Amino acid sequence: MKKNRQPALKYYSAVTRALSEEMRRDENVILIGEDVGPSGGIFAQTKGLHAEFGPSRVRDTPIAEAGFTSLAVGAAMTGLRPIVEVGFEDFLTACMDPIVNQGAKLRYMLGGQVRVPVTLYTFGSGGLSAGPQHSQSLAAWFAHVPGVKVIQPSSARDALGLLKSSVRDDNFVICLLCKSLIGSKELAPSATEDFLIPIGQAEVKKSGSDVTIIALGAMVKRALAAADILKTDGIDAEVIDPRTISPLDMTTILKSVSKTNTLIVVHEAMSPCGIGAEIVARVCETSPSVLRSAPVRITPPFAPSPFAPNLEADYLPSVEKIVMKAKLMLEDRR
Amino acid sequence: MSGSAKLCKHKAIEIHQKLWEVRLFELRAAELYREGHLPGFIHLSLGQEACAVGACLALEEKDFITSTHRGHGHCLAKGADPRFMMAELAGKHEGYSKGRGGSMHIADVSKGVLGANGIVGQSAPLACGAALTAQVKNTGQAALAFFGEGASGSGPVHEAMNIAAIWKLPVIFFCEVNRYAELSPYSVHVPIERLSERSKSYGFDGFTVDGSNVKAVYNAVSSARQKIRSGGGPVLIEAKTHRWHGHYEGDPMHYLDDKDRDSSQRMDPVVMFEAACALELGINTEELSKSKENAITLIDDAVSFALGLGAAPTSVISEDVYA
Ligand SMILES: Cc1ncc(C[n+]2csc(CCOP(=O)(O)OP(=O)(O)O)c2C)c(N)n1
Repeated sequence: MKKNRQPALKYYSAVTRALSEEMRRDENVILIGEDVGPSGGIFAQTKGLHAEFGPSRVRDTPIAEAGFTSLAVGAAMTGLRPIVEVGFEDFLTACMDPIVNQGAKLRYMLGGQVRVPVTLYTFGSGGLSAGPQHSQSLAAWFAHVPGVKVIQPSSARDALGLLKSSVRDDNFVICLLCKSLIGSKELAPSATEDFLIPIGQAEVKKSGSDVTIIALGAMVKRALAAADILKTDGIDAEVIDPRTISPLDMTTILKSVSKTNTLIVVHEAMSPCGIGAEIVARVCETSPSVLRSAPVRITPPFAPSPFAPNLEADYLPSVEKIVMKAKLMLEDRR
Repeated sequence: MSGSAKLCKHKAIEIHQKLWEVRLFELRAAELYREGHLPGFIHLSLGQEACAVGACLALEEKDFITSTHRGHGHCLAKGADPRFMMAELAGKHEGYSKGRGGSMHIADVSKGVLGANGIVGQSAPLACGAALTAQVKNTGQAALAFFGEGASGSGPVHEAMNIAAIWKLPVIFFCEVNRYAELSPYSVHVPIERLSERSKSYGFDGFTVDGSNVKAVYNAVSSARQKIRSGGGPVLIEAKTHRWHGHYEGDPMHYLDDKDRDSSQRMDPVVMFEAACALELGINTEELSKSKENAITLIDDAVSFALGLGAAPTSVISEDVYA
């Protein structure tokens, strides 16, 4: 029997679709980066783009992150809308100045005369035994910089919708994709749909009344799995994916916390000065009496990401750890 | 280039064994990776052995090297122990980085190996730093930076060459031109035929050698080392070579051009050297088999050692974050 199935969208092909749709829509959109051209990228994320849009709009760069990111800023100031790929999130450290001192601030410093519509996407986070220089989650670094927006899609649909919105945004947007999600798939929005997700809008992935769990990136799936387990113990967890890290959608977060009076944040970056710290601080500043138990951050220890699979598994927040912390929190409250 | 010391028989046999150690270490690593014994991803230098071996064996024992993501050969050639290397590739506590680094972060500082490195381009300035220590403390050491033609276009490499020239640092920039950087050919990364020509614009000497010919590499690095010994500044050596395997193991290599796809066209640096040993140095097949046997034993031991180890204890996660 034939089923009329909707095609699946994989996380990496969501990137391809977003890029190609936006490049078709606007000829000012160009793509540059290492191996984005004829090879189609290390995860096949740019497959077909060079053939469709040609060597002028899809350019392989030499290994020169500082140079080509700044170049993208210059191009953005003068009429193009560059998309920049930096293979691994860890290499963003190689182009900090173009992002932090140029892309983020030029509009401000030049009296608002220019816009800097750059979308920079990169593959980050852990889970693949890639070791200390290829597994990092640096969202907090960029969320600290005014002038930059930061998004982190936790699913193929989010990757598609958020990336398309980034390309249309007139600011420097950093899209932090998760390597461990590359092969994950979901039902695709229909091929003719112009599927957009607004930047700055969190999503309630599962609603619940007992405990608020805010999870980022690849941790969203783990938080949802934890919520399933908690349910069997009679605990109704609400799971929220901020999707945009800067600016944060505090309205959605505060609404949830006001309902559950609890707050757990799960992310792959370390705790100190992280996104979890920021969310906890904002909740406490805005609603000082809303929390009935101490907020909890579930993160790796303050150490680089280790290589060996057993070490990395222990390092990253696990489903079990989320379940355990949530139970502990609710027991304490009783 | 002048002053190429004739290779003595003893050195030649040492080189021969090292070539095989590197070759066998990586063939075994490829096999173990396919079988799922090695996690993460690994980058092999099969086909490039003459670069690592020729360069490291021309250095003095006290000298430093800095390496790259494709560093197994460099580390082995400079004297790292294949057992602790393989243990690291397998993510074991006994590995050089206690299982925390993996293939891309192998170091043996006691042998002057300041580490493979996962960030392209950093090997050059790091080597300049080691050269600065040697200069300030007047130790007579030199440093050699391995990097690829891909890395040659990165800011840190250019900055390193300029600083090294101005400060006359005892550093050798050793560029392995293996025709591809990741998934793209040389022409995407370098617009000139000979990278070594760039040295002139920085103000030091540069040479291009056949990177499949271990004697040529050895002689070039020996002369560069000699020049540094007599107070000359940096030297750039470009070694033209071939990467036989993918950028990473498992890479389907769709991007290869037809010539590179045809393995019968390849120069095998090990075979080439064995022929030279017989023809030019009068080394007989028995002697060659013996050094090859030694290499086989060493690498077999390394593999059994690594596979016999248990998982690393989680306590290592938080060790060594600070001194
Ligand atoms: C700063 C930085 N940018 C990009 C990468 C991803 N990357 C890893 S290896 C590589 C290609 C390096 O080419 P080359 O220097 O020629 O060395 P080869 O791989 O050929 O040995 C790239 C782009 C990286 N590791 N670090």
